[in-house]
Amino acid sequence: MKRLPVQKRTLALLVVMLPLLALFVYVALRSGPLAPVPVTLSTVENRSIAPALFGIGTVEAQYTYKIGPTFAGRIKHLAVQVGDTVKAGQILGEMDPVDLGERIRAQSAALKRTESQLSEALAHQAYAQTQARRYVDLLAARSTSEEIVATKKHELQVAEASLKAARQETIRTHAERAALTALRNDLFLVAPVDSLVATRNADPGTTLVAGQAVVELIDPQSLWVNVRFDQIHTRGLSAGLPAQIVLRTQKDILTGHVLRVEPLADAVTEELLAKVAFDQIPEPLPAVGELVEVTIALPAHTSGPAIANAAIQRIDGQLGVWRVKDDTLQFTPITLGVADLDGMVQVKTGLEVGDQLVVYSAKALTSRSRIDVVEIIPGVTR
Amino acid sequence: MISLAGRDILHAWGKFVFTGVGLGLLIGVTLSMAGIYRGMVDDGKALLDNSGADLWVVQQDTLGPYAEPSSIYDDIWRGIRGLPGVARTANVTYLTMQVRQGQRDVRTMVAGISAGEPGTPGWPPYLVAGRQITRGHYEAVADLATGFKLGDRLQIRRNHYTVVGLTRRMVSSGGDPMIFIPLKDAQEAQFLKDNDAIRQQRRRTAANPAFNRPQLPGLLDAVIASQSTNPYVNAVLVQIAAGHDADEIAASIRRWKRLTVYTRSQMEEILVGKLIATSAKQIGMFLVILSTVSAAIVAFIIYTLTLGKIREIAVLKLIGTRNRTIAAMIMQQAIALGVIGFVVGKIAATLLMAPIFPKYVLLEPRDSVIGFVAVVLICILASLIAIRAALKVDPAEAIGG
Repeated sequence: MKRLPVQKRTLALLVVMLPLLALFVYVALRSGPLAPVPVTLSTVENRSIAPALFGIGTVEAQYTYKIGPTFAGRIKHLAVQVGDTVKAGQILGEMDPVDLGERIRAQSAALKRTESQLSEALAHQAYAQTQARRYVDLLAARSTSEEIVATKKHELQVAEASLKAARQETIRTHAERAALTALRNDLFLVAPVDSLVATRNADPGTTLVAGQAVVELIDPQSLWVNVRFDQIHTRGLSAGLPAQIVLRTQKDILTGHVLRVEPLADAVTEELLAKVAFDQIPEPLPAVGELVEVTIALPAHTSGPAIANAAIQRIDGQLGVWRVKDDTLQFTPITLGVADLDGMVQVKTGLEVGDQLVVYSAKALTSRSRIDVVEIIPGVTR
Repeated sequence: MISLAGRDILHAWGKFVFTGVGLGLLIGVTLSMAGIYRGMVDDGKALLDNSGADLWVVQQDTLGPYAEPSSIYDDIWRGIRGLPGVARTANVTYLTMQVRQGQRDVRTMVAGISAGEPGTPGWPPYLVAGRQITRGHYEAVADLATGFKLGDRLQIRRNHYTVVGLTRRMVSSGGDPMIFIPLKDAQEAQFLKDNDAIRQQRRRTAANPAFNRPQLPGLLDAVIASQSTNPYVNAVLVQIAAGHDADEIAASIRRWKRLTVYTRSQMEEILVGKLIATSAKQIGMFLVILSTVSAAIVAFIIYTLTLGKIREIAVLKLIGTRNRTIAAMIMQQAIALGVIGFVVGKIAATLLMAPIFPKYVLLEPRDSVIGFVAVVLICILASLIAIRAALKVDPAEAIGG
């Protein structure tokens, strides 16, 4: 009975100290560098990979028509506004003809004058012809001298030459008037095809240089997407592949297909360019220049061992995964095959179906790391 | 033989244990402070480890890309890739910025990583959830410390990014968590001005008669287009092929490419020696002061504990106990107190203190061992003073006043 108080004290001390010691051992072993690394495992599965390519691009019009004057000049009037649809042949506006109307009138007058001159020459020629014939007859009757006959023949030749000149002059004046009329018509800004007015760069009264566009027309039926793919991710890109198109303004997924892969790549940005056509032009029409995300589906590959790309690491210059065999870690070099956009990668060599490997780890692993297999790495919330 | 120290501790074990716990909390703070210092250094090293690079190629005469801004053309890597001994090169950009998600924003370091496959330099070396980036645009891998979850939509400048993967311990040298996005997006993010600024820039360019010439209708567009490109990156990360010397390749790049190159050890020197030097010294100084104060407090506690038992010691002397036994008792008690303090301190630092710090606290086992040895030494030294006081006690005090 005498020793009981001491035992009680000892017990109490032990009750306090033992958990403390246990906690200390736990802390020393389970935290810090000595602690096992929480990892999640997965098994290599046999699955077919449907690779896909992802690129961004802009909506562009395949056909853009820049309508402007062929000569420097001033806009007289412009009938269309941005957003108008126009028909082929429709007059959109007109450049100021300045003195062209007057010049055409002058040419018309000149034409009339040459026509009069032609009539005059004709009359001259008819008269000279009659005279020449008469004097030839008179000479046959010995009623006139040979010299006079020669004179009359000469007069006829002159009259015929004048007639020819007058005819040519008429043709020339005709042609000149036609040229001026053509020039006059050229001042009209005409839509070449059915299209949509995309820009209106100048207003009436503006003076433009030759070739400067007054309006730009686009063919709404020819809208396509100019997509850029990073060159490193373009294996398998070819014309005809189906594409999913997401416009930045809309959330709907539109369908399309690769129209062509450009033979010229962008050497500066290290990108490959491709044109993707809409299967159906969306309504309302997307704006030209709108940002677009394009996903190209490539034909699915035959099934093979596949792993998550999160498992792949590079250690000492070698690409590989941490394989778990009999609870020990082993770095296994692998070579990669095709990959899809969801992060699955086919493994060509290095792994077999059924192999266990580390997908996620709470820190970088080494072959001496102790591992603690968990469902979810601590700290990750779903 | 019965342990005098043990009997004495048992006699008033509650007081003893509580003193030990108090001491432990003080030791815990000291250990945490050491952990904060180690964490700072480790943040810098983590950044280097995570980049996976052997060499950093940066703008000439800069300490980039972490300690100073550096920008080089984004096609320089091609020339470096061609050098013998270079196994892999990758462009990289780093930009510290606020990343918005809904209503909140997080201070992060956004790293632009070049397209490729996992294992490319600059890519996060391991993940804790999700997957690595597979699309060339608008995907992000975020550090757990950002608080983002898989599937979250982040806003960086004007673009939105989907978080597809999570990683851990990917921090900048300042301890800001990292977000990895594709390089092309990052280049844009680093350069892209807000829309108002772009508009104003366009207007400014259009108002400049040198660029807006009526006789050259395409010139203005060309100038504006050239103003809105960013063919720069902050650094090129280089991995060396096995069997080649990093210093040799670095020298060759310095000499022939006219760029500044840092090897891993030089980079560590820059980060630890220059970038975080002042703040690390600040913490280090605080650690020294804290350790000194802790030592003094331990000494005082042991001294007062001994003085509290002075009457009992006098009795022991009176009954003829040897000085050695008394000294051993005091020293054993001091060491026991130190050990309890250390155990409590280590537990408190690991379980209670370290997790609540916003930045990384690295409690290294080596530091703990050093701490333990230091605590025991301080206890022994402190007990020496107490022993001296105890031995000077006159046995007569036991019966006297």
